[in-house]
Amino acid sequence: MKPWRGTAIAGLAGAAALGLAACDNMANQPKLNPYELPYGAQTNWPVTPPPHVVARDEPEHPPPAPPVTMALLERGRQRFDIYCSPCHGRFGDGNGMIVQRGFPRPPSYYSDALRNAPSQHFYDVITHGYGVMYSYAGRVEPADRWAIVAYIRALQASAGATVADVPPNQRSALQ
Amino acid sequence: MAIFGPRANLFMNAALLGATGGGIVLLLAVWVVPVIGYNTQERFAPQQPIPFSHKHHVSGLGIDCRYCHTEVEKSADAGMPSTAICMTCHSQIWTNAAMLAPDRRSLADNTPIRWTRVYTLPDYVFFDHSIHIAKGVGCTECHGPIGDMALTWKARTLSMSWCLSCHRDPAPHLRPRDQVFNPHWQRASATPSGAALMAAYRINTENLSDCGICHR
Repeated sequence: MKPWRGTAIAGLAGAAALGLAACDNMANQPKLNPYELPYGAQTNWPVTPPPHVVARDEPEHPPPAPPVTMALLERGRQRFDIYCSPCHGRFGDGNGMIVQRGFPRPPSYYSDALRNAPSQHFYDVITHGYGVMYSYAGRVEPADRWAIVAYIRALQASAGATVADVPPNQRSALQ
Repeated sequence: MAIFGPRANLFMNAALLGATGGGIVLLLAVWVVPVIGYNTQERFAPQQPIPFSHKHHVSGLGIDCRYCHTEVEKSADAGMPSTAICMTCHSQIWTNAAMLAPDRRSLADNTPIRWTRVYTLPDYVFFDHSIHIAKGVGCTECHGPIGDMALTWKARTLSMSWCLSCHRDPAPHLRPRDQVFNPHWQRASATPSGAALMAAYRINTENLSDCGICHR
């Protein structure tokens, strides 16, 4: 065997290995993507942030209730249907799909206790949870919480409504 | 001494066959292997710590996508549900189910559930969920019949040609905003046309296939 052959084979193998390594093509760059573990991190990394850390977009004080507009109610309906209706039901009677599958039944919004409860109560329950209901602070933004409260108030008002409450030009839609 | 020995023809034929075969193998390796399903993982459902069923939760129970993927409207990443989101219901129902054991362990140990990625993009592609949602691209355009998947499988290749096919002609892939999260939406006669939706969402295709739209 000629002496240069071994070198040539090793060189070719090395080039092939380099070529394979280059297949990555910057697909994995040294930057952190969401849910990616930092380089060398343990798999059981702590999920609780260090003490005194607050979210960048967390308001210092809970925002005051905004004026009720149609846009706010529409937003409230959308958020209510996403986050509340699985248990509370689309109409707020407490008979949502998850309740039908065995979740403890929440009180109806039409009970006297909840009709007379201050709006702040609903806001606080969304923020902190209540009974078996978990906190929705991580899912529903503070502004959306007020929108949901406004929509719950609209649901409560609609339950005792009569035809006389409907504007005359829209009554025909009901008949 | 003869120039061509008795086996010269054999060597020549072998060399010709080898060159042709090698060329074919090379072409297959370059053009075919990258696009076959095995490589793109299309229709492939990786194993997950919990065999989560979108079919049961979305089509069966009617839970909105955003109940769990809370960030999808406002961030690049759709957001994977935290253990607390699973436990909102499963602290009360199916509390002894064996398949939910990783969920309970995650809550007890305060460690996140490590799901296996189904859709992944190279680091040089900057995809943003929120803008696609805001412009009326439904979940199922990219995620296929996600509401009917018992196990989550990858519905599209995520190849650049596939991205560009929509960026060059988005109109057929648009729907009214209130139907974006409906996994069973079908275009009906009353649906505004793709062109009308393009105008309503102010989608301008002039720059939509520029390199810098996805690569920064």
